[in-house]
Amino acid sequence: MTDLPQGPASRRVDRAGVVIAAVLAALAVVLVWDSRQLATTTMYGMGPEVMPVVIAIGLGLLAIGNLVDALRGNLPARESADRKAVWLILGGLVLLIAIIGLGGGFIIATSALFVTTSAAFGRRALLADAAIALVLSTLIYLAFDRLLTLSLPTGPLERLL
Amino acid sequence: METFAALAHGMAVAVQPMNLLYALIGVFLGTAVGVLPGIGPALTVALLLPVTYKLDPGGSLIMFAGIYYGGMYGGSTTAILINTPGESASMATALEGNKMAKAGRGGPALATSAIGSFVAGTIATIGLAFLAPWLVDFAVRFGPEDYFALMCVAFITVSATFGDSPIRGLTSLFIGLTLGLVGIDKLTGQARLAFGIPELLDGVEVTTLAVGLFALGEALYVASRRHHTEERIEPVRGSLWMTREDWKRSWKPWLRGTMFGFPIGALPAGGAEIPTFLSYSTEKRLSKHPEEFGKGAIEGVAGPEAANNASAAGTLVPLLTLGLPTSATAAMMLAGFQQYGLNPGPLLFAERPDLVWGLIASLFIANVMLLVLNLPLVGLWVKLLAIPQPWLYAGILVFATMGTIAAKPSVVELSMLAGFGVLGFLMRRFDFPIAPVVVGLILGPIAESQLRRALAISLGDPMTLLQSPMSATLLGIALIALLAPFVMKGMGRFKANED
Repeated sequence: MTDLPQGPASRRVDRAGVVIAAVLAALAVVLVWDSRQLATTTMYGMGPEVMPVVIAIGLGLLAIGNLVDALRGNLPARESADRKAVWLILGGLVLLIAIIGLGGGFIIATSALFVTTSAAFGRRALLADAAIALVLSTLIYLAFDRLLTLSLPTGPLERLL
Repeated sequence: METFAALAHGMAVAVQPMNLLYALIGVFLGTAVGVLPGIGPALTVALLLPVTYKLDPGGSLIMFAGIYYGGMYGGSTTAILINTPGESASMATALEGNKMAKAGRGGPALATSAIGSFVAGTIATIGLAFLAPWLVDFAVRFGPEDYFALMCVAFITVSATFGDSPIRGLTSLFIGLTLGLVGIDKLTGQARLAFGIPELLDGVEVTTLAVGLFALGEALYVASRRHHTEERIEPVRGSLWMTREDWKRSWKPWLRGTMFGFPIGALPAGGAEIPTFLSYSTEKRLSKHPEEFGKGAIEGVAGPEAANNASAAGTLVPLLTLGLPTSATAAMMLAGFQQYGLNPGPLLFAERPDLVWGLIASLFIANVMLLVLNLPLVGLWVKLLAIPQPWLYAGILVFATMGTIAAKPSVVELSMLAGFGVLGFLMRRFDFPIAPVVVGLILGPIAESQLRRALAISLGDPMTLLQSPMSATLLGIALIALLAPFVMKGMGRFKANED
């Protein structure tokens, strides 16, 4: 495309912005692809396949808009991010899902998330945090499962209570 | 007067001991959670939704309203004492209030924001009580095409018109609309975007999305930039009470803030940012002490706080009368109604007057409770701020995931929660607004079914959208609202000028 005369520094192509535009375009394709497996049975008016296509067109236009912003370097400035902290919390979430999925119960699962999150925020006393986490999640379990009769998943620890 | 009778009935419902207790729990929880930095009223309601679905609908809606109002009060405490506005509407408060706290005038800053919120909340709730029946009379005549057009207006104003970038706002909205498509189509029973996964057939749970975007997203974002900021809690020194001079300088901003907040909140335009910034700049212009602005002017706390609370009450007008949420918090309240199979709108006023008017009446009570709870108990709330950040966010995440674990303890649902957390993080990092996603998810399916109903009635003729004068006008407004920010780029700079 023909570039306009561009200013210094801030007017560079923003790669993350290009990725965002690509993801939006891909989402639009998925919407259209998915809508094609719907049967059009409606006699009058619009069937279920129309709205996905309308939204896909919108997403496509927005992908172009985002791409233009990215190529012009029009995205707001970003600060550097602490990747380790983000991965720690995400790791905690994966642990939580795995423990619940394997039947480890509410207390162990949320304790794992508690410890990794607190480590992500700079705590290094893992054992102390694990103790706090176990006490806290046990209290939450007792309060919500027993008092408010929500059903939280049970594992080995919950059966002891 | 019809309204007085209805309100009296509502009051009789609201003062039942159980309902008073629900209101008290609501305002208490709302304030406590609202005080925690980074948690706004929307997330507070989202966190507590799954916990309450077994309670009686009337009582828990009263509780949600208490949480909503409480979250607003709590948020201003955080803004004043640690200068971290939980939402952009508290930005003006943080600007002046934190300076006041640093100068040892934290007490009066908290007091003027609490009393101002009370004044604004009470006046705005009166406005709600009188405006609602009138709007309901009007809305009963709405056909499906009018509702569809109204929702288009809300979509555009929430996402495009008042944000920093209409493109990013609309992108957020369309992500929400896409998520709204997931699941079984109600009219034909066909599955859309489910990819053969049974859990997806029910659609995307609003609470899962909101908790993921707000709680997980916020925690990830704060953790990622922890090394950039250092939070300092300003201790509340000196007298808690306002001097005669403080009162004199506060009462007019309270009233003016209410005048900005309520009408703008009640329009289906959404957002408390506009009225708070309008109030801030007005007070700056009218003040006898303009030199104090930016250094801790009490008017700069009193006005915006009143505007913020009045607009919160204002957003309840379209929510209750039309079922139209115009802010993230209102969207969560709508999810609260839907969890009991209730649909706010003219029908609800006719079918469940006890519930609607009980809710409105309880707002007055919640306001009084908040005033009592906030002024003397401010020391307690400040203690909450002293929880070390690692434990605070770890605890928030435990509570956040608990809601989903309790509602649907499946690997798919929890993975979606984590996925929305990542989405919330990336959206914060790349400066996409969050609220339009939630509004898109909750309003998108409703808009689609209204449109399809309208087209079914007109035997497929799309001109029906333009033949109803109401719908044609609304669609025109939506078009103008969409084009305005592109035509005059100045609107996007509105916020930047105020800083």
